Amino acid sequence: MSDTQNSNDVLVAYDGTPLKQQLAKTTRRMKLRALLLTLPLVLFIIIAFVLPIGDMLIRSFHNPTGTNVVPNFAEVIQEWDGQDYPPDEMIKVFVQDLALARKNREVGKTVGNLATRVNYEIPGSRSLFTKTARKADKITEGPYLDALIKLDKKWANENVWVTLKRVTRDYTLSFYLAATDRKYDENENIIRADELYRIYLPLLYKTIALSALITFLCFLIAYPVAYLLSTLPLRTSNLLMILVLLPFWTSLLVRTSAWIAMLQTEGIINNIFVYLGFIDDENRIQMIYNATGTVIAMVHILLPFMILPLYSVMKTIPPSYMRAAKSMGASNFMAFRRVYFPQTIPGIAAGVLLVFILAIGYYITPALVGGSDGLLISNEIARHIQSSLNWSLGAALGTILLVVVLALYWLYNKLVGVDNLKFG
Amino acid sequence: MAETKSATDESFVRFENIQKSYDGEVLVVKDLNLDIQKGEFVTMLGPSGSGKTTCLMMLAGFEPATHGEIFLDNRPINTVPPHKRGIGMVFQNYALFPHMTVAENLAFPLQVRNMSRSEQEDRVKKILDLVELPQMAGRRPAQLSGGQQQRIAVARALVFEPDLVLMDEPLGALDKQLREQMQYEIKHIHESLGVTVVYVTHDQSEALTMSDRVAVFEDGVIQQLSSPEELYEDPKNSFVAQFIGENNKLNGTVEKIAKGICQVRTDDGTLLHAEQVNVEGVGNKTTLSLRPERIEIDPPKGTKNVIKGRIEELIYLGDHIRVRMNVAGNDEFIVKVRNRADKRPLKEGQDTKIGWLAEDCKALDFVGQI
Ligand SMILES: Nc1ncnc2c1ncn2[C@@H]1O[C@H](COP(=O)(O)OP(=O)(O)O)[C@@H](O)[C@H]1O
Ligand SMILES: [Mg+2]
Repeated sequence: MSDTQNSNDVLVAYDGTPLKQQLAKTTRRMKLRALLLTLPLVLFIIIAFVLPIGDMLIRSFHNPTGTNVVPNFAEVIQEWDGQDYPPDEMIKVFVQDLALARKNREVGKTVGNLATRVNYEIPGSRSLFTKTARKADKITEGPYLDALIKLDKKWANENVWVTLKRVTRDYTLSFYLAATDRKYDENENIIRADELYRIYLPLLYKTIALSALITFLCFLIAYPVAYLLSTLPLRTSNLLMILVLLPFWTSLLVRTSAWIAMLQTEGIINNIFVYLGFIDDENRIQMIYNATGTVIAMVHILLPFMILPLYSVMKTIPPSYMRAAKSMGASNFMAFRRVYFPQTIPGIAAGVLLVFILAIGYYITPALVGGSDGLLISNEIARHIQSSLNWSLGAALGTILLVVVLALYWLYNKLVGVDNLKFG
Repeated sequence: MAETKSATDESFVRFENIQKSYDGEVLVVKDLNLDIQKGEFVTMLGPSGSGKTTCLMMLAGFEPATHGEIFLDNRPINTVPPHKRGIGMVFQNYALFPHMTVAENLAFPLQVRNMSRSEQEDRVKKILDLVELPQMAGRRPAQLSGGQQQRIAVARALVFEPDLVLMDEPLGALDKQLREQMQYEIKHIHESLGVTVVYVTHDQSEALTMSDRVAVFEDGVIQQLSSPEELYEDPKNSFVAQFIGENNKLNGTVEKIAKGICQVRTDDGTLLHAEQVNVEGVGNKTTLSLRPERIEIDPPKGTKNVIKGRIEELIYLGDHIRVRMNVAGNDEFIVKVRNRADKRPLKEGQDTKIGWLAEDCKALDFVGQI
């Protein structure tokens, strides 16, 4: 007992052990159980979320193709200062590596892989490598550079050698440069890509702009609906809620196809317009396979994500607030603007954030109804992953998208406060 | 026509033949007529669901009357929207705006009236002083205790100096002690400002404490409208007698009526005398009503009403003893005995005589089996 009085900052249990320790002992089992319960989820998140994203992040700046295909050359070329041409011994190593790679034909280490990699940097240079590799074992004595130039004049271009030096480093910024419409010049300075090749930044801007438009339209449509939902008597509001949730219960493909049937030039809406005489038969409106189609279909698909958070916030606002405001002399509009609207801001914030983030990464709908004009950045990412097989560029684009979303989230947190968000 | 005219001239608020139905099937308010004078404190008292809130909402303009007309200061206001009626209102959940500070809440009605900033500040300060919370101006409603929120809600209803303030069970969410304190404070504010108050409650002691007049509601009908004292002393019918204060009931049949006093034969054969209030005539069934504190055990000789009863239970309450008795088949019969040293001690199971004066016993409408 005197013990507790002497050291009065440490509380002690009956048997003399510190109270904190005792408490930890009794709660350890509970904590362990709680941990076990979350284990499947933790594993799932690691496998389905952390690993893929980590892999994507790494791929976007780590690409070992060069080192894999011409390992010896990759080592020596780094000592070259980048002036004129590399010394002939280095080129000799290059020729030997090429010949070896062609002979071995190991998966992921073929000349074709290297050719593709260099082709990203110098478009149209692919055949140079495949052609040279076929003849590489014939070149047995120097000067190797002259022999190569005799084979193909493109070897006289110093930029080929500078690029080779760059692609034989494992870590590279090239893909981020490509993703932001930039590239290296002969002196390894970062410059903007040629006018014709500037596609990703404009596409990113367009994606952000279309997502903002979609979010805004969703908000305009969802606000009154959510208000109605929150004020109607329970039975009617349940029915309306089912209508709101109906899109969740039908396949995305079915819904999108329905929009095709509605919006195409020979579709229902155009037919009605022609029938009513709004437009001529020849001047049917193009509402699908362009940005308009993407916006219409995506607003429809993302609408519930705006309605639900708004509804959940509005339901908690008792009607007595509006009544109080009116009893104090505020007109309907004033009461709405000063009393009702500010209280729905957490719901608006949540809905806007949710819809915008979903929209900015949306893929299927633009692919189906976007034509070429209504494509978004995700479609370009998908193209690089699925058909052009430039995974590193896809990863770089994906990472930039991720950064944009995180930056927006940060901005949101500053403006609204994430604690204030109400998702439902 | 001339009659109604003169009546409206005097009263500040007037309900004229008001009926209200929400669903077109049930009348929630049935032919309500009510006149409220300027400066009066009138309470609508009644059990839950009796239509009090509905009446208040019609007066405030949030519910349309299905039939009839409401006058405010001699103007018919059925078509005037709520925000043009200039009526202050206190809600049961206070309805303080959570996203505004106390000062902003109080300034809200002044802002919508385009009052100058300095005048706003002036008024807010004054009203905060009135409710004795001057240091709370910068807080959010959520940072206030229930009682403080209540006061701010009252302050907000008063700050734009309306002539009429409506309060719908404003003290319902407070604990008993705070509720009693707030009753006095609201009463004092009413007296010092001279504002007309229409107050709704289901708590009869609250109604008696605060009001100039009380309208007792039952099922959309005003059963009685009178001062608290009259309500307790002279209930007009069995519902009011039962609802206000504690009340004993005895059933019987009227045998004779003379000079306003009925002779009533109770069901167990005793002859009692009671004041005729709400009973038709000889031969009719009636329910007698009498207050527990007006009954004496071992009444002195010559007491008009004497009846036998058995003591079932004694509850010691300090200043008085509550005696539950079985009288004429009613075993919920309560007698309050003052705690005095000179009285003989009472025992449970004892048979004893009790008695009361004829004018303390009211012959009212028959309510059926007790
Ligand atoms: N908005 C409404 N819609 C339909 N019925 C209502 C509404 N408000 C009240 N009622 C009904 O009207 C009756 C009276 O209600 P109310 O005026 O709130 O009583 P009180 O305030 O005396 O408890 C109740 O039966 C209630 O169910
Ligand atoms: Mg009510």
